[in-house]
Amino acid sequence: MSMTKDVAIRVRGLVNAFDGFKVHDGLDLDVMRGEVLGVVGGSGTGKSVLLRTIIGLNQPQAGSIDLLGSDMIGGDDAARRNARQRIGVLFQDGALFSSLTVAQNIQVPLKEFYKLPDDLLQEIAAAKIRMVGLPDSAGGKIPSELSGGMRKRAGLARALALDPEVVFLDEPTAGLDPIGAAAFDTLVRDLQKALGLTVFMVTHDLDSLYAICDRIAVLAEKKVLAVGPLPSLLGHPHPWIQEYFHGPRARAAATTAEAADAAGSAAKES
Amino acid sequence: MSLQREAGGAQLRLTGTWTLPEAARLARGIEALSLPKGERLGIEAGGLERLDTAGAVLLNRLVGKLGKQADVHWQNLKPEHQVLLDYVTNCNPAAAAPPPSDNGLVRFISHLGWLAIFFLREARRFIAFIGRVVEAAVMTMLRPRRLRLTSTLFHMEQTGLNALPIVGLISFLIGVVMAYQGADQLQQFGAEVFVVNLVAVSVLRELGILLTAIVVAGRSGSAFTAQIGSMKVNEEVDAIRTLGLDPIEVLVLPRVLALMLTLPLLTFFADIMGLLGGALMAWVALDITPFLFFERLHEAVTIWSFLVGMIKAPVFAALIAMVGCYEGLRVKRDAESVGRLTTRSVVQSIFLVIVADALFSIFFSAIGV
Repeated sequence: MSMTKDVAIRVRGLVNAFDGFKVHDGLDLDVMRGEVLGVVGGSGTGKSVLLRTIIGLNQPQAGSIDLLGSDMIGGDDAARRNARQRIGVLFQDGALFSSLTVAQNIQVPLKEFYKLPDDLLQEIAAAKIRMVGLPDSAGGKIPSELSGGMRKRAGLARALALDPEVVFLDEPTAGLDPIGAAAFDTLVRDLQKALGLTVFMVTHDLDSLYAICDRIAVLAEKKVLAVGPLPSLLGHPHPWIQEYFHGPRARAAATTAEAADAAGSAAKES
Repeated sequence: MSLQREAGGAQLRLTGTWTLPEAARLARGIEALSLPKGERLGIEAGGLERLDTAGAVLLNRLVGKLGKQADVHWQNLKPEHQVLLDYVTNCNPAAAAPPPSDNGLVRFISHLGWLAIFFLREARRFIAFIGRVVEAAVMTMLRPRRLRLTSTLFHMEQTGLNALPIVGLISFLIGVVMAYQGADQLQQFGAEVFVVNLVAVSVLRELGILLTAIVVAGRSGSAFTAQIGSMKVNEEVDAIRTLGLDPIEVLVLPRVLALMLTLPLLTFFADIMGLLGGALMAWVALDITPFLFFERLHEAVTIWSFLVGMIKAPVFAALIAMVGCYEGLRVKRDAESVGRLTTRSVVQSIFLVIVADALFSIFFSAIGV
């Protein structure tokens, strides 16, 4: 994968506090273009708050956020709007509009920002549905008729509607069965490669970290404690990171990932 | 996009950006493209700078259109564009289209039929629910210790005490309005003093209880549905069941009982406030002193006028509480149904209260009170 040293998201000195309790205190983070960044951390370390702050849903007490060249905190509305057209967000349970069909959900941002003929809108929606691996018939269904995994895929299709440069995923594999989760990981990886996406992924899923993340940022003690490729984090001395990457579940995930790698290379050789 | 004819075929040169902002213009361009009659058509894609899904959809459309006339082959298509193009080929937007609808008359009749079936089914379910509540009430009466006293008192406070201001204000104002309107009409006959009869009979027999019941249906019936409904969304009701408890006994009975106790009290309060409002207006508009008003009141109404109102109160209360709880228990596991059923609960309970009121009127006139 070609990794340009271009920064897509730059967070500096971020301070977030709720009722006087600081969730973030001087948090710095860079996300490079074209990488998949996994954000991990214990409950209450503000992973989702960080995501919401970057996309402008949460006003921080201090700090600066640069998203694709737009200043998301001090900048004007036009700049923020411009940035929002170039990002896509997948919320935890998809956050699909429940009264619209999947295809209509995908068309919402397209209709909002561009004036396109109806048949083209339908074709684009159908293409997105195919892209995220849903059957064509899913386009005519409303979200409550879909399973959890299908809703996540539909949510991803809507997040991709405007062909964004950066995609934010909030716990994309939470609530999916292991097979569904692995399939979703593969889907994110394939789309990321095909569309050249930058992916910012909040996750608890160790399998996802092993399978698709280029770099991992660990949130603890109100800042980004460590950031880097997975192997470089394994030796980090901080007790939480040690516990996280060397606990029983982490070992299981690592074994699976190694086995998958071995199987992959074996398949290539044969 | 430019088209050139060459020996033995034609060449279509794609250039620039094929992305969303250009999509509408490109779609028109493809529409207007006049087809070459050559057997071979080369599409030169080397000059294509940027391509997104919309662009790929359009390319796919282009190939689909030209492919019928000519033998299309790609030249210099970049691999990343090829990937995108592969995603969009063979998509079927028709699968997402809603099924074709019947004509208006057929739809109207089938809708009517469904409504009738829905209504009957709903009525049967609700009657079954009433049966279960009564059963639970009898069981509780046999073993009074099983009554959830704390919960009952809590709901009495919520539905009764906290409703006093709004019920009092509305009844007072209705008393004022009745006296004022009555005064206007009765003055023409010099029968001002009958304002007392008008206010007393209408407030005690009908308006006091009816308005209170409607306010309570809007206030507490909806609250019951929303409370039980959100518990249903959270699977709390299922948890109650798996713990070996009966949701009817734990959730429904305290609410029904609380409302059956508080609605008569609220009605009594509403009656007093309505009479006070009438007395005040009679004094202001007609110079009927409060002393005269209450002396006249004594002659105008019997105890039965008051009792007719009060007898209805617990019945209306039971209807409101049971509709509220019933709709609450029908909530499914999505938040949207909480809102829909809350609305339905209010509409249904007000409807049932008014139907019951009409039945009471017939009953009381038949027995002559």
